[in-house]
Amino acid sequence: MAEMWINMGPQHPMTHGLWNLRIKVDGETIVDAEPEIGYLHRGYEKIMEVREFQKNVVLTDRLCYVSSITWSHAYCLACEEMMGLDVPERAKYLRVITNELQRVASHLMWLAAYGPDLGLLTALLWALRERELFLDLIQLISGARMNQNYPRIGGVRNDAPPDFGKYCRKVIAHFRKKLEDHEKVFEQSKLFQMRTVGVGRISREDAIDWGVTGPNLRACGARIDLRKLDPYDAYPEIDFEPAVAHEGDSYARYKVRMDEMRTSCDLIEAALDKLPAGPYRSKPPRRAEGEGFRRTEDSRGEALFYVIGDGDDRPYRVKIRSPVYSNIFAAPLMMRGNKVADVVAIMGSIDVCVGEMDK
Amino acid sequence: MAAEGEVLASLKDRFGGALRDLGLVRDRVVKAVIDRKDLVPVCKFLKDQLGFDHVSCITAVDWRDHFESVYHLTSWSRNVMVQINAWIPHDDPRIDSITPLWNGANVHEREAYDLMGIVYDGHPNLTRILLPKDFAFHPLRKDFPQEVDRQYISRRKIGGG
Repeated sequence: MAEMWINMGPQHPMTHGLWNLRIKVDGETIVDAEPEIGYLHRGYEKIMEVREFQKNVVLTDRLCYVSSITWSHAYCLACEEMMGLDVPERAKYLRVITNELQRVASHLMWLAAYGPDLGLLTALLWALRERELFLDLIQLISGARMNQNYPRIGGVRNDAPPDFGKYCRKVIAHFRKKLEDHEKVFEQSKLFQMRTVGVGRISREDAIDWGVTGPNLRACGARIDLRKLDPYDAYPEIDFEPAVAHEGDSYARYKVRMDEMRTSCDLIEAALDKLPAGPYRSKPPRRAEGEGFRRTEDSRGEALFYVIGDGDDRPYRVKIRSPVYSNIFAAPLMMRGNKVADVVAIMGSIDVCVGEMDK
Repeated sequence: MAAEGEVLASLKDRFGGALRDLGLVRDRVVKAVIDRKDLVPVCKFLKDQLGFDHVSCITAVDWRDHFESVYHLTSWSRNVMVQINAWIPHDDPRIDSITPLWNGANVHEREAYDLMGIVYDGHPNLTRILLPKDFAFHPLRKDFPQEVDRQYISRRKIGGG
């Protein structure tokens, strides 16, 4: 049969944002695929060059509205590296707690999107219901549900309110039970199994070669987690085991994210146990010179900020490395040989966030 | 501590004179400054001899008198990152592509070409990726102006500087 190209996007329920996936099909089988991105390009790296170091945190929050704190946190780490700034112990632990809260909220948002992609509308309602609790916790500590503007260069904006730990533990205990229900809904659904098991497979070698990181890489059997390998903040002081699956298909990616939410809950509890007293913010210099880069384990993979200062109060150059940017261009490897109907199951499992991809 | 020292020593042994600068940035991070002609030999050495398998990031910086193409390469097995700053003259912004070595470099080089106008020789598909195909400029260059006045009033401007 003659091969032809089909556009899935830029407006398509599968895309979760504005981008275009061109697929080349032979009948129902996908021969090749080609993502087209840039619809949401806002020129972040250029805009950041005219704003002061601290004011850029407002911008980095909006890189990905689902995962604001982790992005601003990565930016602050890079700036601290450049300025040679020490962060107080308490701030390090508060950062771990807020990062992990944000990670759970982000993964739940992914789950809420992935369920309806595959016709499992229950997941949307349930996951968003659970996410609301984590957004409440984030609101309790930062004052906002989204785009929190919470991390600061040199620490965090404000201390945790009284009883914050109590509320966290309460939510986590509740969430652990609910997570088991979620897993039952997904894993006992024959439909979900048929659409994800063995679909969108990528080998570990290919994934590393194409720059895939985060849960997508850990689903291929690689125990690569930057919280372990290049630890920052209080992560080296807390013991945890990153979630790993081995099959490399859509189901493994789902499994890793579900396990990761549990790991995040453990991390939050451990950080709350160890949370030291003391100051939560140190004063950064207004002007800085030199370069600094820092990479963190974002909810979607390796986030890297490379900041250069030329002695002014604004960065000379900022580079944002988004994990989704690399992951999405590895998607053609996962798609070749699958059917057109599997595109949704594969792209959904990669967890695309267009805001951070297009910068 | 041992792994980054090993990488540092082997780079020094193999390329000693060709490197403009070589040093440790912090734990697990090595930085090397090179000329653009040495890029592919250094990268090949890193990949084949030292097991660097992951391209974290490729970016370009406009220093007004020259460009720099900055590579962040990672070896997951050794858990070491190398940052390579390759110097490129301002009037001839070309450098060899490392996409033949790592497929992950593909999109990052396209982005650097799109936004900074560095031409990566040997890249299989060097087209714009974020901006429209008919866009005429490379906006991250320092001679591309921004509407600073409308967006933001800097402290220096209030002070008359």
